[in-house]
Amino acid sequence: MDIIQPASRMTPGPDRRPGFMPWVPYPYTKPCCEPVAHIRAEQLSISYDSRQALQDVDLEINRGCITAVVGPSGCGKTSFLMSINRLTDLIPGCRVSGNLHIKELDVLAPITNLLHLRRMVGMIFQKPTVFPFSIRKNLELPLREHGTHDRTLMASAIEKVLQQVGLWNEVKDRLDRSAQALSGGQQQRLCLARALVLSPDVLLLDEPCSALDPISSGIVEDLIVSLRGHYTVLIVTHNLAQARRIADHVAFFWSFNGVGRLVEHGSAQEIFESPKEELTVAYISGMRG
Amino acid sequence: MISSSTNISSRSKSDCLLSWSVHLLALMAGGLLLLVLAFLLRESWPALQHIGPAHFFSDPDWYPTEDSYGLTAMVWGTLCVTVGSLLLAAPLGILSALFCHFYAPPLLGRWYRRMVELLAGIPSVVFGFWGLVVLVPIIGRWHPPGPSLLAGILILTFMIIPTIMLVAHSSIAQVPVAYIQSATALGFSRWSLIWHVILPTTKAGLFTGILLGLARALGETMAVLMVCGNVVRTPSHLFDPIRTLTANIALEMAYALGNHRASLFASGLLLMSLVVLFVSLAEGLRHRKIYAATK
Amino acid sequence: MRPQSRTIQEDSTTAIMWAAAAMVTCPFLWLIGDLLWNGVNQLSFSFLVSAPLNAGREGGIGPILFSTLLVVGVCMAVTVPMGLGTALFLSEYTRDDHFLGRLIRGSLDVLAGVPSIIFGLFGNALFCQVFGLGFSILSGGFTLACMVLPIVIRTVEESFRAIARDQRLSAAALGLSKPTTIRAIVLPAAMPGLLVGIILGLGRAIAETAALIFTSGYVDRMPESLMDSGRTLAVHIYDLAMNVAGGNPNAYATALVLVGLLLIINCSSSWIAARWTSFNQLPA
Repeated sequence: MDIIQPASRMTPGPDRRPGFMPWVPYPYTKPCCEPVAHIRAEQLSISYDSRQALQDVDLEINRGCITAVVGPSGCGKTSFLMSINRLTDLIPGCRVSGNLHIKELDVLAPITNLLHLRRMVGMIFQKPTVFPFSIRKNLELPLREHGTHDRTLMASAIEKVLQQVGLWNEVKDRLDRSAQALSGGQQQRLCLARALVLSPDVLLLDEPCSALDPISSGIVEDLIVSLRGHYTVLIVTHNLAQARRIADHVAFFWSFNGVGRLVEHGSAQEIFESPKEELTVAYISGMRG
Repeated sequence: MISSSTNISSRSKSDCLLSWSVHLLALMAGGLLLLVLAFLLRESWPALQHIGPAHFFSDPDWYPTEDSYGLTAMVWGTLCVTVGSLLLAAPLGILSALFCHFYAPPLLGRWYRRMVELLAGIPSVVFGFWGLVVLVPIIGRWHPPGPSLLAGILILTFMIIPTIMLVAHSSIAQVPVAYIQSATALGFSRWSLIWHVILPTTKAGLFTGILLGLARALGETMAVLMVCGNVVRTPSHLFDPIRTLTANIALEMAYALGNHRASLFASGLLLMSLVVLFVSLAEGLRHRKIYAATK
Repeated sequence: MRPQSRTIQEDSTTAIMWAAAAMVTCPFLWLIGDLLWNGVNQLSFSFLVSAPLNAGREGGIGPILFSTLLVVGVCMAVTVPMGLGTALFLSEYTRDDHFLGRLIRGSLDVLAGVPSIIFGLFGNALFCQVFGLGFSILSGGFTLACMVLPIVIRTVEESFRAIARDQRLSAAALGLSKPTTIRAIVLPAAMPGLLVGIILGLGRAIAETAALIFTSGYVDRMPESLMDSGRTLAVHIYDLAMNVAGGNPNAYATALVLVGLLLIINCSSSWIAARWTSFNQLPA
């Protein structure tokens, strides 16, 4: 499958908006997961008002890999995910402390350009959240926002991402119809396409299959597997079987008296076949959580 | 390669512009209340300074052109008409809300609510006009002269019933269905359900509605101006004509000058402080958590 | 409690409920019926367009309708941008717990309860005297704007808040800036609520009398500019009923026109609100 063109190369001429720096994504040589840290969290803690949600997470996420974040509800998995593109800023009373780097970019620094960060880090939510307008406009809006206005460039980018998510043949005749008329699975794939159209480095998936029926869920899952090597993927999931099927790495979180902590992380094989911690053993065998 | 100095201005120009204009507009809207208060104070300052607040209550009569500024009769008039209409409107409004929820067939209940909403939208001048041409002559035939405290009370009652009823209606609608279901499962009659479950849980909502109705009755001008007769005299019974503070302002503002004008603004200030007090009380009640146990 | 006394109690409370409902309904029907009975005869096309004669006893309400339109137009021209801006501020630019937002919201709540006569006093002092606009359509419109602003802001803000959190989150996750989010996501989705808010404000403005009698004045001629005094429908009814002997027939007809206008406004806003809810319940 084709890697789509980075948005910076689709934009003719440099973008002159203040604070905007076109960036070039990492030039992947081969579609494979490499042992190079892409996202680095050190002593990352998240609290809501005075309640601690996540404490002292140290985690390195490798470039081009699919990392599954697993654990029981309320252990701070989603908070962790949302701190990576600083959606936590939108939650009243939420404070994030510690260090978080994507490559050299200090995510938590106040001067970080959020729009730029979020362009580099795509996110998909549990429920498909298409905007209430046409399929084409759903995909054009982020492109326009990030400086692409040329119609033919946009059309080709849209076709590419829709093919990438396997939606092109289903919707190519009705690009101007409402995106809300699509089925749940199609909507979720459209959301994925909408994130991919900005050619991000990192993709955050927050239980992307849990609101879908089994067949759509399977399609979306295959799609996620096809992203391996092209993007650094973080997926929160409750479904251990799914994590085992698709993940290269697994990070296991647990809630200790309401405070989430990272218990163990390693390659999927290590976690599922020879976990070190008793808690992990219990969780994986279905005895707890 | 991303964290360069250009990123310091993380907001684009249009974002800044919108943010500034929105902040400005919001501050203007929020400052409006202060502006209103400031102007009332400014305009009534001569009266407060030269006449003094005490005179408003110690002067026996209201002859502003002859330096007699007694507001007592009009304060009594305002109080009587407000309290009288509240005594009628509170039970009628609450009973109407209960009727809508528990006694009327669903379709009729919906229509009844629509009707009360329409009633809320009828302008006060139309109420006043109807009172003047229909109600006042009827009262006049029964007990002359006709324009009276009673007419004011009746008209105001119909004007504040919608306020009380609609607030009560929405707070009854918020009672968790589980309460009603479990009371019904226990074999409660309709009335016991209302008396033991609905009324206790909606107390705060009902009281809010009554306070808002009170504020509306206090501030109402046109209807009472048209039906109450506007004689400055402390009422001794229901058929006496009265003049309220609001009607006094509306009647005399057009030609008032100097201290007279300032004393009208002072009575406006008095009215405003009362209304602000009641509305803040009502808002405080409305925002209080009523159903702590529910989700 | 014995079963018999219980049925008696149930029956009597039921009777009381129905009686209360009847006591509210009858005067309402009486009022509407009376307006229709006495007003419909006077009503005609020429009544709507011709000028009032003989202090309004004869002739029509043409200039008065026009003045009403102007006053309400001025009011809306001020209210809509201010209301929209403030509502955007309250829902998009502050957090719920922010003190400035709470302060503004609280002051608007109180302002919503301030009697219209107070706004009349305020408008007279500020617009007529300090700004030197005199008794004019501009003064009246500005005064009404102050009065309806809290209602408009409230409704519009609520419609902004009703937009699902998911939509805002995914807009942010795509790196859409705030202006883009507002323009592309918030405003289109909140459009019906915006309309309802504006229409509600319009209704309040048209119905108002007390705030206008000493800001926009009494003059019943056709206004030549916004600096002219102009008489609105509500003020016309008041004047005919109180100050003009024999003005009742035309007052009835004017009241009917006013109530009819408000009825149209009321129905259109509930129609929009109803369509809006059914629109939002489409499968997401």
